Amino acid sequence: MSTEKSGPTGKSAWRKAYEWHEARLPIVSWLDHSLGTKYPVPRNLNYWWNFGSLAMFMLAVMIFTGIFLAMNYTPHVSLAFDSVEHIMRDVNYGWLIRYMHANGASFFFIVVYIHILRGMYYGSYKSPREVLWWIGILIYLAMMATAFLGYVLPWGQMSFWGATVITNFFSAIPGIGQSIVTLLWGGFSVDNPTLNRFFSLHYLLPFVIVGLIFLHIWALHVPGANNPLGIDAAPADKIPFFPYYVMKDVFGLGVFVVIYFIAVFWFPNALGEPDNYIKANPLQTPEHIVPEWYYLPFYAILRSIPNKLLGVILMFGSILILFALPWLDTSRVRSGNFRPVFRIFFVTWIIDVLILGWVGSQPPEGIIPTIGLIGTIWYFIHFAVILPVVGWLETPKPLPASISQPVLQAAE
Amino acid sequence: MANTAHAHAADAADETRRDFLLHTTAAMGVVGAGMMVWPLISSMNPAADTLALSSIELSLAGIAEGQRIKALWRGKPVFVSHRTAQEIDEARKVNVAELRDPQTDQVRAKKPEFLIVVGVCTHFGCVPQGTASTEVRGEFGGWFCPCHGSVYDTSGRIRRGPAPLNLEVPAHTYINDTTVRIG
Repeated sequence: MSTEKSGPTGKSAWRKAYEWHEARLPIVSWLDHSLGTKYPVPRNLNYWWNFGSLAMFMLAVMIFTGIFLAMNYTPHVSLAFDSVEHIMRDVNYGWLIRYMHANGASFFFIVVYIHILRGMYYGSYKSPREVLWWIGILIYLAMMATAFLGYVLPWGQMSFWGATVITNFFSAIPGIGQSIVTLLWGGFSVDNPTLNRFFSLHYLLPFVIVGLIFLHIWALHVPGANNPLGIDAAPADKIPFFPYYVMKDVFGLGVFVVIYFIAVFWFPNALGEPDNYIKANPLQTPEHIVPEWYYLPFYAILRSIPNKLLGVILMFGSILILFALPWLDTSRVRSGNFRPVFRIFFVTWIIDVLILGWVGSQPPEGIIPTIGLIGTIWYFIHFAVILPVVGWLETPKPLPASISQPVLQAAE
Repeated sequence: MANTAHAHAADAADETRRDFLLHTTAAMGVVGAGMMVWPLISSMNPAADTLALSSIELSLAGIAEGQRIKALWRGKPVFVSHRTAQEIDEARKVNVAELRDPQTDQVRAKKPEFLIVVGVCTHFGCVPQGTASTEVRGEFGGWFCPCHGSVYDTSGRIRRGPAPLNLEVPAHTYINDTTVRIG
């Protein structure tokens, strides 16, 4: 930059062209304020803060690979399965693009789950970031819908029966349930009209997510980013997003991409179901039907309740309750670092969700449904009872006066 | 970074090192992005099954003298013309030097009685008329493209109108007297 040639006015031609354009559309300044040198970020963010940008990266990967898959895919019941095999065998690098997309869904969820857990541990949902948190939940719901719709498209056995089971959730609604399901199907079973509309919506929803991410980042910029200490960062404790956090995110991205491509190249089917390589058969349900891993805890909640309507309500409720999280957690201390009792229950809740996930992967026999029921009850007790009560009763550790204070104290 | 000449001199070594790191990082980024873009672009090229279907075998036995037919090859029409003696004669007596795309008929038709050309106008890709005897053949008795008025002769050579080149002769070999492989 220092070697730029200056014109007679003291400005380079490049500078003048830039200013001419910025006076008409200030997009560079806007980016600079959004994710550049004019966006101040707390100086103490740890690596758990990398997962937001990683999620955006994965969304971009999914959209780009998806666009190219759609060029070779045929959304018709008699051609869909074969067109996916055509992509795998005949299309140049089709195997790579499809494995990136299929595993990309899993890695997108891994990244987003870590992103959500980071927010939950460090209290990022608390005032003044409630709307930011809500938009995040909407993104998560849109992701789950998109992933479900996409999983139906290869038209394998798991696609078909997953579509059948999940659309049938709506049949639990008293009175109008069956009519709603018929509407969703466009017929009397999951069939060609269903596949066509699922393809259309699977292509649409990612762009809805892009819009939601725009709002998510907007809502993030109003209060600014939270930080591991959970205290408001003083201006002196902030550094510009570019270059500091851009470089940190790029480094994290490098590590992440290595892990992602190890899965794509060497274990591309590890997270998939072999049954989905069998073409959809409306006359035969697979013996052991399970959803993709990222749905398993919710699937376990659904199965553990021996009542159709209540099971569906609790399954959706297990996610919708997150909307109330900013008020269910009554503690005014954000970061779990200063909340010894909360930490124990937070870890317990994660273990509970993992157990539910395992329950969801097992056939519902013997002791399994009972474990699922206990896990479900604990899931809701955590949010509805533990969090409010711990917030009232817990004595948090003393908070530092500023982000730099504990560091400077330790140096003395 | 360095605002004074003094500081600049002191930092000179570091600046070079930093620039080197910046440029190598950027170069790696570009290479990585290129490696990712390549498969995506490559996937738009013809797939293996498309390439596998790229040649056809055609029997000429049923084509009467004076008759022209169309065959489908790589999704495009191929004109096969069983030419009459008069058509061959017209195609061969032309002064090649006067043609827009100079080619002798001997080069274009391996067997004089059979002309095999891709039925795609070299202007903008329409299918010229003239295969069926009821269609317009243009003043040179070959083919006439209805889109922009290109006129081809009995050897499929461009004679008038906007098209720059003769109708393409596809690679073809005679397997026996009455069977030809195109592609």
